[in-house]
Amino acid sequence: MLSGVVKRIVVLGAGTGGTLAANRLRRALPAEQVEVVVLDKDDRHVYQPGLLFVPFGRARPSSLVRSRSAQFAAGIEFRRTEVEQVDVARNTVVLADGSTLDFDVLVVASGAVLRPEETEGLPAALTTGGVHSFYDLLGAARLAGALAGFDGGRLAINVVDMPIKCPVAPVEFAFLADWFFTERGLRHKVDIIFVTPLDGVFTKEVCNRELSGLLDSRGIEVVSEFNTGEVDGNARRLVSFDGRTVDFDLSVVVPLHGGAGFVERSSGLGSELDFVPVDPQTLQAKVAPNVFVIGDAADSAVSKAGSVAHFQGPILEHNITRYLAGDPLDGAFDGHTNCFIESGFGKALLIDYNTGTEPVPGRYPAVLGLPLLRESRLNHLGKLAFRYFYWHVLLAGHEIPGIRSTMPTAGKRLDARRAG
Amino acid sequence: MQTRTYMGTVVSVDDQGFFTDPTQWREAMAPEIARQEGLADLTERHWQVIKFMRHEYDEKGTGPTVRVLGKTSGVPIKELYELFPRGPAKLAAKIAGIPKPRGCI
Repeated sequence: MLSGVVKRIVVLGAGTGGTLAANRLRRALPAEQVEVVVLDKDDRHVYQPGLLFVPFGRARPSSLVRSRSAQFAAGIEFRRTEVEQVDVARNTVVLADGSTLDFDVLVVASGAVLRPEETEGLPAALTTGGVHSFYDLLGAARLAGALAGFDGGRLAINVVDMPIKCPVAPVEFAFLADWFFTERGLRHKVDIIFVTPLDGVFTKEVCNRELSGLLDSRGIEVVSEFNTGEVDGNARRLVSFDGRTVDFDLSVVVPLHGGAGFVERSSGLGSELDFVPVDPQTLQAKVAPNVFVIGDAADSAVSKAGSVAHFQGPILEHNITRYLAGDPLDGAFDGHTNCFIESGFGKALLIDYNTGTEPVPGRYPAVLGLPLLRESRLNHLGKLAFRYFYWHVLLAGHEIPGIRSTMPTAGKRLDARRAG
Repeated sequence: MQTRTYMGTVVSVDDQGFFTDPTQWREAMAPEIARQEGLADLTERHWQVIKFMRHEYDEKGTGPTVRVLGKTSGVPIKELYELFPRGPAKLAAKIAGIPKPRGCI
């Protein structure tokens, strides 16, 4: 690295990916040579895995929020500001007040945002009632009220389009709704319908089989290949682009996701949906060699999940360190993803996969670990315990003991697909 | 791995009939695949989408979703459903000889 010239890394976004990236980079690089500046529009960091539990009264909204700035190690500068745009050619970020901030390296960690306005009728339906979303804190809290007062009828859970954050969350919502109404003695009065644009519950074969079987055993109907064109809040009806309809009394809609607003305003940075095209292995953006992307902001085939940002952390740190030293990037992310899937009644499944290996049964992280792709009490406890690790270990950019970035194969039944 | 024969040429497909090797596809095969999928004739609008699918696959390594098709192919979503009933992204991918779109999980 050049001596005497202080370089600046600017991180856009202080969510899961941006926070752990900044903490890692701060530890890896000497403060007298590199400064780390993080920008976000507010100082409220939401524990997003907890949103799923709010509608069922199993998590208080306020318990999921902490200060963003409090999650950073000493020596990281946090600035509360909106970003207007990135000028990649000039290596500068234009802020909302018109001032600029130059960078040597940019880390885009601005996540995904909800875009209900992309679906006809959805913004109005979300405000007038009957239609809810649990993908943000306010929506999840409002849905808690609606579920508490729901005493029978058709509950339609609808994913408008992929990709979405935590692709299994809508399935988990269906399981938890089944549990919720069973406990309240109302299950026989409630039809739960899962409406998805995919041709199954999950895109990977073995996992799809397992989850479809579980939904079926709980009496949850699946409507597949349904591309929602319109949400009619007055008629309480979902309408697909090819004219099919699903009637509901209460609907939980996961709106279309897109990238952050500044990506759209930055020439050449984003895709059609304003996600940032990236080399999925090196995490280097396609637009410029000094721009890197972590987590949900990326336009890639990897799941939008916190575990992905966590597993990308060491690779991002490694490659940015190499870039600053003028060395070729040799760190490669394998697409490792790990998700707990709450299935209700105090149980959960766990899936662990990467770009080349679909979720299969077995144990994680090794033969004595948690059961994979199978309901168990242990996995539910694992999901609850994860919250502690999130705030205390993951955001700090540390490894969780026993959990490696690359996907483990020990303990996995890799023959499961052939066995059928 | 299975095979099918289009225009007298044997090609590799997956168990749903999607090409696994897009280089085996020729434009002349498209009408035959389309007929097999229940489409009558391929119009100029069909071809606009088919060529766009090929272009997207070459650029990104996977076919686009219906929504991205609607935003970028120049053919609105409602018309896409008229041209390629049921699932435009999948059906157009199959006729364009590219693998099944990944669906972004």
